[in-house]
Amino acid sequence: MTAVQPLKTTAWMALRDVPWRAYLLVLPALSLVAVLFGGGLVLAFLQSVGLLGLTGDGGFSLAAYGAALGDEQFWRSLGLSLYIAFTATALSTVLSIGLAMLLREAGRWASFACQLTLPIPHLVGIAGILLLLSPSGLISRLLYSLGWIWISSDQDFPLLVNDSANIGVMTHFLWKEIPFMTLILLAVLRGIRPELGMQARALGATPWQCFWNVTLPLLRPGIVSASLIVFGFVFGNFEVPFLLGSTYPKTLPILVYQAFTNVDLNQRPVAIALGLLLSLISIALIALYLWLGSGQPFRRRLGGQP
Amino acid sequence: MSRNLVLMLIVAVLFLPFVPLLVWSVAEGWYFPQLVPQQWTGANWAAVVSPGSRVLQGFLQSLAIAALSTALALVVGLPAGRALGLMQFPGKGAIKLALLLPIIVSPLATLMGIQFVLIRLGLSGTLAGVVLVHLLPTIPYMTLVLSSVFANFDTGYETQARSLGASPAQVLWRVTLPLIAPGIVVGALFAFLISWNEFLLTFFVGGGRVLTLPMILFTSLQGGNQGLTAAIAVTSVIPALIFLLFSSRALQDDAAIGGLGDV
Repeated sequence: MTAVQPLKTTAWMALRDVPWRAYLLVLPALSLVAVLFGGGLVLAFLQSVGLLGLTGDGGFSLAAYGAALGDEQFWRSLGLSLYIAFTATALSTVLSIGLAMLLREAGRWASFACQLTLPIPHLVGIAGILLLLSPSGLISRLLYSLGWIWISSDQDFPLLVNDSANIGVMTHFLWKEIPFMTLILLAVLRGIRPELGMQARALGATPWQCFWNVTLPLLRPGIVSASLIVFGFVFGNFEVPFLLGSTYPKTLPILVYQAFTNVDLNQRPVAIALGLLLSLISIALIALYLWLGSGQPFRRRLGGQP
Repeated sequence: MSRNLVLMLIVAVLFLPFVPLLVWSVAEGWYFPQLVPQQWTGANWAAVVSPGSRVLQGFLQSLAIAALSTALALVVGLPAGRALGLMQFPGKGAIKLALLLPIIVSPLATLMGIQFVLIRLGLSGTLAGVVLVHLLPTIPYMTLVLSSVFANFDTGYETQARSLGASPAQVLWRVTLPLIAPGIVVGALFAFLISWNEFLLTFFVGGGRVLTLPMILFTSLQGGNQGLTAAIAVTSVIPALIFLLFSSRALQDDAAIGGLGDV
């Protein structure tokens, strides 16, 4: 979205738009986020190295990080978290682009349909999917009553929730995130002038070329930001893998939760160290993604061509 | 024609998880092979709406927390959205990214850090403490939506009102706010929904004493009473659905939704 510049620029407005006023306007929001988020991170770090907290002698120590990284479970959990976040984000992104293109001309009804899951709490989705996909769930009952041979009791139904492949988790994230991304992409698509596509077509581009060379590049900023929000969310989510996911290995946020709620207070710094590692990994991945998403590295490789 | 079919299919798939929830909430002893429950009951709903029920208390507490954090996010999000949407200044990109961090980086470490201070301030396990941490995700969403709304706002209207003798307060109240009202509704909708649905933040800071509706649903999900769980789950959807219906007109504002695609 580009800023629409006001047509008339009076002296009063020029004075009004000097930067200090802008900084003053963002100050309340920025300082609240800085104090809560930044302050929280600093306090977490101080606790994780033993400089602050209920236990320990108050000396600097990296023992918590050693304990966190030395545990084999950490690496298994990291792998699982990355697998779930990457798969769910990639699938939702590709399917949302397809769906948005398909619904592009369907009008406002398409957006309205995509808004259906927007207000549904994740926990409600989890409850619904449990009652739908579990061995004694509605789908299993439906197949049973249809008389399908391979299912003679609820024991025969394939495990789709709390399964080792995390199908239940993936189903939930796709159910929730595809409409969310499609809604954003539809709004961005409507902001793209249709003349651009028409012109490309008139100049002989195939529908595929038109999509690949005209629409997709224009849609890219929307795709990058929407998938970024989804990736960050899925990677840090706790309740979905906790209630629908595999029993072993567990995702990183569940590992943090278990260490935090451990009765042994010495586990507290380990929980915080794990939480900080989780934040650090997501910040690194986001930075990498934004760098790749900006198209900068590809541009450089092609020798400065736009 | 085929497009309408696709649309209907999408709506059906999206609605599918609600089918067992709605049936379970009024079913009695719905055992495995039965496709349709043999007996129906109103007991689950009676338990939800009975005076003094935990669900009802949680409902009101969630409502209060969501309303307060939405209002606070709006107060700081309006000026920030204006600056980010209408003005050019050095460091704008960095500020935008900083405001976005709380929704894309896992809040777990931050929460454990904040918790340390909240305990000492006596805010741990209080409504005020929960509202405070709910600002972490609500401010970014509110600011994003409003900055996109302001980017499509013509300040010429304000200049005109000022030149006709309106005071800055009058301009804000009579010109600016009415013009961006649809955007405010969308921002408030997102902030309200995020606070209403929030589980993890409440769980860490509420210390088990602030029992919002998601907390009660989470506890119920870990228990075995599927009928009651289903009734609580359906209850959790009601206010958000009402809010969505009232704001469906405002949600047609592409600039507001598109703000989430402009990070």
